[in-house]
Amino acid sequence: MNKFANIGLRRLLRWEVFLALVVAADFALNVRLSPYFLSSETLADVSFNFTEKALVALPMALLIIAGEIDISVAATMALTSVCMGLLATRTTSLSAIVGCGLAVGLLAGAVNGTLVTRWRVPAIVATIGTMSLYRGIAYGILGDRVLKAYPPAFAFFGQGYIAGPVSFELLLFALAAVLCSLYLHRTEFGRRLVAIGCNRTAAEMAGVRVNRYRFWLFVATGVASAAASVLLTSRLGSTRPSIAQGMELDIISIVILGGVAITGGRGSIAGVVLAGILTGLAIFGLGLINVPGVVISLLMGALLILIVGSPILARRLARARPRA
Amino acid sequence: MRSGRLWMRLGGSRHNAGLALLTAVLFVAVTARYRQFASAAGLRDLLDDTSILILLALGQMLVMLTRAIDLSVAASVALTGMCVALMNQAMPGVALPWLVLSAALLGAALGAVNGLLVWQLQIPPIVVTLGTLAIYRGATYLISQGRWVNSGDMSPWFLGLVRERWGGITLLSWLAIAGVLLTTCVLRYSATGRSFYAAGNNPEAARYVGVDVGRAQCLAFVFNGALAGLCGYLWVARYAVAYTEIASGFELTVIAACVIGGVSIAGGSGTVSGVLLGCLFLGVIKNALPLLAVSPFWQMAISGAVIVTAAVVNAAGARAPQRQRILEN
Repeated sequence: MNKFANIGLRRLLRWEVFLALVVAADFALNVRLSPYFLSSETLADVSFNFTEKALVALPMALLIIAGEIDISVAATMALTSVCMGLLATRTTSLSAIVGCGLAVGLLAGAVNGTLVTRWRVPAIVATIGTMSLYRGIAYGILGDRVLKAYPPAFAFFGQGYIAGPVSFELLLFALAAVLCSLYLHRTEFGRRLVAIGCNRTAAEMAGVRVNRYRFWLFVATGVASAAASVLLTSRLGSTRPSIAQGMELDIISIVILGGVAITGGRGSIAGVVLAGILTGLAIFGLGLINVPGVVISLLMGALLILIVGSPILARRLARARPRA
Repeated sequence: MRSGRLWMRLGGSRHNAGLALLTAVLFVAVTARYRQFASAAGLRDLLDDTSILILLALGQMLVMLTRAIDLSVAASVALTGMCVALMNQAMPGVALPWLVLSAALLGAALGAVNGLLVWQLQIPPIVVTLGTLAIYRGATYLISQGRWVNSGDMSPWFLGLVRERWGGITLLSWLAIAGVLLTTCVLRYSATGRSFYAAGNNPEAARYVGVDVGRAQCLAFVFNGALAGLCGYLWVARYAVAYTEIASGFELTVIAACVIGGVSIAGGSGTVSGVLLGCLFLGVIKNALPLLAVSPFWQMAISGAVIVTAAVVNAAGARAPQRQRILEN
């Protein structure tokens, strides 16, 4: 009896439940504070605050669960955007522009993957390097110019709606989330990925093709960055080399807020999705009361430390208390 | 054989020798086209331009030795720099030694926040410093309210100190030299310095021989913070301006200098001489590119390519034995 109660309690004390409560509380607060919050325009606005970052956060979560990390995602977005912008000055074909963007992201991810798997460079070092490289190429190509020769139809990706407040961005994110969730939690591949994150060497000896998983995870992250870049570029309607600057920190913050262990081996997609929604709501709410961007990132940073630190602090306090 | 051993005792290695050779080749190549690059003035400028990077890289190296990383270092530079600039603007009467001391202390306090979160709450260093990176940068904005402190707002002696020349080179360069010597001594001769290597090389074993790994990490963060605080003052004085975005992204250059210099991201290995060479290598590239008429917009891509290449070369040199990896995972 006691054992069952314990299991139930542990289910309730899960990180995702806590996050869901915070999201619900923030949502309720917004509804109470503003009579316009529940209108479809506002809800759509909220979703635009997180869909692009959260889209990259999904494969990043898989990557971190497997014990790797990719710092170069925002730089990949910039490089992708510059390449698409250049192509858009030559052609108006949507499939060509988007295809080129995705190909650049795939290539960038493959370079990261090769560095980490074939050349055995630690992921954080490799992607700090490629972050500088990709962003540098974007700056080198574009300099101080702006590209905005996008065909009018290109605007659909970042500004179009499917139904009501459901934008194309939101739909794409939801699909990606379901796919990642099924992959991680319902397939053998997902279990192997967690095994790699828990102990790479042991997984390798158990017959998991570790390097193949790591390589393709980097590629997936590159492609997702490219997709996010399509959305962001389309929403902004222009490309500068500084596009998505600093976004890697937001993306990694979402993953960690979502309860994924930075040391690998643990995490869920549901948590990442909730963390994405939470940051979207928070950024939207703070923007409404005119908090400047740099202060919003201050609060996000504090939130990150607080949320990661509080369970550990609670455990310490509980241990310090004398047992009866 | 003998000279080889002497070289090893000086903290050298095949890696350092290769890096030194590469830096020298690069240097000679640039000098072949531009004689003034190797002139006394050129060398002085090179050292002066690289000094802040050297100081910050030394601090970052201490942190990396203990298997941690500090991403918040550039934000710490900005926050302390802004604080001393505002102090100087508001109270021009406060003498310089106090300002420099308070910069270092404030920096140490910022480092202590990182260190305590890592030590006491056992949050991974990358998460802690990712958070404090945003917090310190935001705090810089809040205390300055987004305004700039321009050279006209600061005292001439406040700005002039770093440009003071002793024996031909600037005080800034002397500080970098002092930093190199001091760090070498601490890492080689003090128990604390040795504990940094022990903590990062094998935390489990370090614990058995009585090294408190968390405490070592915390100390490394405090040292690094104090250096970052000092550099906050130096940065503001050297560039004669303070605003929210100063040194933005510089943490990556600092980490790159360490990685190029052979400091392992997995902790436990790295030498002062390697870090110094790594900094000089980046410094030579940075100072040579404008001379070679390379567009400043390509500089970032070139340093990125250099970092990636250096990382690949380092990774090929050092392979952890498989057994250790099983045990540590």
